[in-house]
Amino acid sequence: MSQIETFYEVMRSQGITRRSFMKYCSLTAAALGLGPAFVPKIAHAMETKPRTPVIWVHGLECTCCSESFIRSAHPLAKDVVLSMISLDYDDTLMAAAGHQAEAALEETIQKYKGNYILAVEGNPPLAEDGMFCISGGKPFLEKLKYAAKDAKAVISWGACASYGCVQAAKPNPTQATPVHKVITDKPIIKVPGCPPIAEVMTGVITYMLTFDRLPELDRQGRPAMFYSQRIHDKCYRRPHFDAGQFVETWDDEYARKGYCLYKMGCKGPTTYNACSTVRWNEGTSFPIQSGHGCIGCSEDGFWDQGSFYDRVTDLTQFGVESNADQVGMAAAGVVGGGIALHAAVSALKSAQKKTQDAPTQNEEA
Amino acid sequence: MKDDPTEVAVPRGAVDVYPTAPLTGDATDADRATLQRRTSVYVYEAPVRLWHWINAGCIMVLIATGYLIGSPLPTVEIAEATHQFIFGYIRFAHFAAAMIMTVGFFGRIYWAFMGNSHARQMFYVPVWRRAYWAELWHEVKWYAFATNTPKKYVGHNPLAQIAMFLFMTVGMTFMIVTGFAMYAEGLGAGSWAERIFGPLIAYVGNTMVLHQLHHLGMWFIIIFMMIHIYAAIREDIMSRQSMVSTMISGHRTFKDDRVE
Repeated sequence: MSQIETFYEVMRSQGITRRSFMKYCSLTAAALGLGPAFVPKIAHAMETKPRTPVIWVHGLECTCCSESFIRSAHPLAKDVVLSMISLDYDDTLMAAAGHQAEAALEETIQKYKGNYILAVEGNPPLAEDGMFCISGGKPFLEKLKYAAKDAKAVISWGACASYGCVQAAKPNPTQATPVHKVITDKPIIKVPGCPPIAEVMTGVITYMLTFDRLPELDRQGRPAMFYSQRIHDKCYRRPHFDAGQFVETWDDEYARKGYCLYKMGCKGPTTYNACSTVRWNEGTSFPIQSGHGCIGCSEDGFWDQGSFYDRVTDLTQFGVESNADQVGMAAAGVVGGGIALHAAVSALKSAQKKTQDAPTQNEEA
Repeated sequence: MKDDPTEVAVPRGAVDVYPTAPLTGDATDADRATLQRRTSVYVYEAPVRLWHWINAGCIMVLIATGYLIGSPLPTVEIAEATHQFIFGYIRFAHFAAAMIMTVGFFGRIYWAFMGNSHARQMFYVPVWRRAYWAELWHEVKWYAFATNTPKKYVGHNPLAQIAMFLFMTVGMTFMIVTGFAMYAEGLGAGSWAERIFGPLIAYVGNTMVLHQLHHLGMWFIIIFMMIHIYAAIREDIMSRQSMVSTMISGHRTFKDDRVE
């Protein structure tokens, strides 16, 4: 594929200086947790390797992943979209529409058979033969399978593609299904989050382009460099957690002091993501920093874990809205009452037995 | 109670009927008979008793601290967060008690192999034994006040055996597994705990599930404690054998001499 230009060539033609390019290489190396020795390697790969074609398809989704992606600061989304990756098909971002767009998809698949990366945003609904999501006149399910057939690897962008997200929340009427349950014969990278952090998204792509392989994945198939620690592990409010200093109600004195949001239902202790280190909007802030607990959006089935504002959340399995403590206390109450009743009957019974036995003993004596 | 006439009929001095009881002159035949019969069985060996009480202590600590981890105490401001570690100590107590309980549980499993047969009773339910089901039915009737005389048991009664198996063997295993999986999250990827429990974390996906299940497990254990303490005291009073003192001395004593 020598006809495809390199990233560097495209970047330069986009008016990016070599200085900016080198800056981007260092920043990306840092974001990926690589040492300074890797900066020239990234630069070299960028200068010599042909761009990797990417097909970006959209299923059942809200497009928040795309919104996040185009707000990437390091590197700038403009660079990524226009230069870094050859985004050959993205029905939301591309200029073409309708039949033209579908023709571009077909052309990219044919041209780069086995070499392109399929980025999936959203997920396919399986109910009613996939009729709940129609793209280009056909069920998205068909398009996804068709595009994945010749892909080198699949990236599941966001909570939708990775886990199902809101459309797969109970009772999941459209049977929305995460990508890895539909595409089973390709390497899949999950980049969960609703949306995922922009720098995480671009970092993942850069890694794949530079090293020609998938980044190291954890047991759930997420890039380990961004998802191996919890929000809680790197949270700047963690000292207040250990101290036992919590926000008790919204807008109380402790909230203003920036205490831990654990009692307000923060899901930081069960959420694996890079928000507390990479942060959002060019490193400006992240939910906890702006005074709201983490809702755990990069976790599997986070919509079905009860309220975002409870620590001990409601258990919908019991059919009523009650949490573990309420269920436990009710059960303990029933058992306690049962014990009291049983003890009373036991006492009565033995008293009765004694009075019955008494005359017999008198007879014997 | 009157002396048994048949025993009195034996000529005194001819045969030493009660070699174990050369008692003072005022001892009656009934007293001698009481002493002669075997009054106690050594059931719970020292490691079992030690485990029982350590385990009970750990569970008390785990319940108290565990509840506070789910629903923390009101905020206190003694010092700057750097110099204050209240919630940290509560969590530390929880983890420390959990470690002791886990080591104790492994020790208890070891003793199931090394100790007497009663040490094994907690770890299985003999569903394959016909007699077990008959005894279980009798025990259910005893608790339902449908029969006036319980049976005598050296170890656990059949109902207690089910409870021990379900709440302790299964329940504690569940709490240890879910607890250590959450502990592994704190130790982080690549830690020994994460290597062992990582697959479980990946299987449940969202570890919020583990937190909720572990919390429900606490109530499961609390309910067991209530039943266990009530049943032990009730049996101590109403059954035909000792209960509470047995877990202190190890000896099971019986209140009557009937075989059935």
